[in-house]
Amino acid sequence: MTTATLNPPAAAGVDYAITTRDLKLWYAKFQALLGITCNIKKGQITSLIGPSGCGKTTLLRCFNRVNERYGYVTTTGEIKLLGKNIYDPDVSLIELRKSIGMVFQRPNPLPISVYENVVFGLRIHDEQGLKKSDYDDAVEKALTEVGLWNDLKDRLQMKATGLQLEQQQKLCIARLLPLKPEIILMDEPCSALDVGGTRAIEELMFALKGRYTIVIVTHNMAQARRASDECIFMLMGELIEHTLTTEMFVTPKNQKTAEYIEGRYG
Amino acid sequence: MKPAVPRASRSQLAIMVERVIEGLVYICGISAIIFVFGIFFFVFKEGAPFLAKLNFTEFFFSKEWIPTSSVQPKYGIGALIVGTVSVTALAMLIAVPFGLGAAVFVSEFCTGKTKETLKITIELLAAIPSVVWGFIGLSVMSPVIISVFHVPVGVNLLNAALLLALMSVPIMVSIGEDALKAVPDSYREAGIALGATKWQLIYRVLIPAAKNGLLAAVLLGVGRAIGETMAVLMATGHAVNIPDSIFDPVRTLTATIAAELGETSHGSPHYQVLFLIGVVLFSITAVVNLAADFIVKGIKRK
Repeated sequence: MTTATLNPPAAAGVDYAITTRDLKLWYAKFQALLGITCNIKKGQITSLIGPSGCGKTTLLRCFNRVNERYGYVTTTGEIKLLGKNIYDPDVSLIELRKSIGMVFQRPNPLPISVYENVVFGLRIHDEQGLKKSDYDDAVEKALTEVGLWNDLKDRLQMKATGLQLEQQQKLCIARLLPLKPEIILMDEPCSALDVGGTRAIEELMFALKGRYTIVIVTHNMAQARRASDECIFMLMGELIEHTLTTEMFVTPKNQKTAEYIEGRYG
Repeated sequence: MKPAVPRASRSQLAIMVERVIEGLVYICGISAIIFVFGIFFFVFKEGAPFLAKLNFTEFFFSKEWIPTSSVQPKYGIGALIVGTVSVTALAMLIAVPFGLGAAVFVSEFCTGKTKETLKITIELLAAIPSVVWGFIGLSVMSPVIISVFHVPVGVNLLNAALLLALMSVPIMVSIGEDALKAVPDSYREAGIALGATKWQLIYRVLIPAAKNGLLAAVLLGVGRAIGETMAVLMATGHAVNIPDSIFDPVRTLTATIAAELGETSHGSPHYQVLFLIGVVLFSITAVVNLAADFIVKGIKRK
């Protein structure tokens, strides 16, 4: 493959949030990732695009090792998050997942109150015995940040599963923030939302960008184009092209990328 | 000219067979309803004549059950109700942690072969006939209880409660596991991605999410325990008694009917009172089962 030329090597002086080296992954016998090497820049929004089954969600789910909950997954290669190899034996999955937030395709607030959803992360990682006021502050701050505070401040005890989908998805982002993650992974976060909801989530991504590194899987090429700084195009478990979003949609270097973004297949 | 719509080509016979089968299936479908109401009606009808003579306060609250006295028979089922309730309560105290714990284990910790083997084995526990349980109570548990706790009698409240606990665990496990399985996987992923440990996931996410189903599992276990007859008849000691400790013998409503009905003459007051006890039992189990049912419906609607 010509991937090497289309995938910029790690440059000196650039801060990378995630770097992978020859990452391979098997679901039982089926190999879903065929050796992914990529460098994802810190503080930016990077989108993963490609047709269904290309491995983009699998790659995303490697970054917090949530793939491993199924016993039949084998992974080889290296993933470094902020310089630390997450497959090192001394890495604690609990701490790893605390520092990496994940937003799912369908909003999945827990069937408890809005308040408890937001403080869920704090509660499970609470070691120093936070006070009620700490929790209250965290809720206000996180909900303000995602723009839900004004709508929900009087309904904090309401069950989160009763909210509108857009609010649910914002809440799912809000509940990551009290843990101060370095990286937020998003797996098609807008696919269950309407136009307004999609716009709201994208605006939220822009607001969070810089402080957080965001990696987003999307089926929607227009969204990748609008909302991301860099784009990674994957096909059949391989990384085909990784470049600035503006370049990918104007001057794709690889024929397959060009055909995909023109909509010839996918 | 050909007709636009082809005519039905099936024979008269095939159509008849179809109708008959439809009718049979319909009867099968509604038979359960007919039987339930039929049984309730029959039980009530047999006991009803005594209602006129019945002193309700005495019936429910007196602990004097002397139905065979020729001078002054007494029909107080207070002690029997206490017997049933205490055996059931103690059984649940033992069975609920075990049953729900097993449900969590099967649903969340086991995979593949282990899971299947465990489920089949637990269901096998439900297949043991209750008279065999009673036998175990009499010949195995009783001596064990005597030697472990140094009590004079081994057939008592504790013995029966242990048996009932074992008998109601399978239904709790199987309904509880269903309830946990019905929790969307996305909740688990949400918890895991936030860095929850397995235990945190279980008690902060899964148990709240499945609480209705787990409650239904417990109620069905309760229903099973209340209605059980043979094992409690053999293991409680069958003495009309309000227990002071778990080592006292008691007697349950079910065991009373089973033990005495054969010795009464048809239509006698004793006979009728036993049927009234049947009505009381039926009402209790119906309420418990209906409650469980409504709770399960609540889950499905969501």
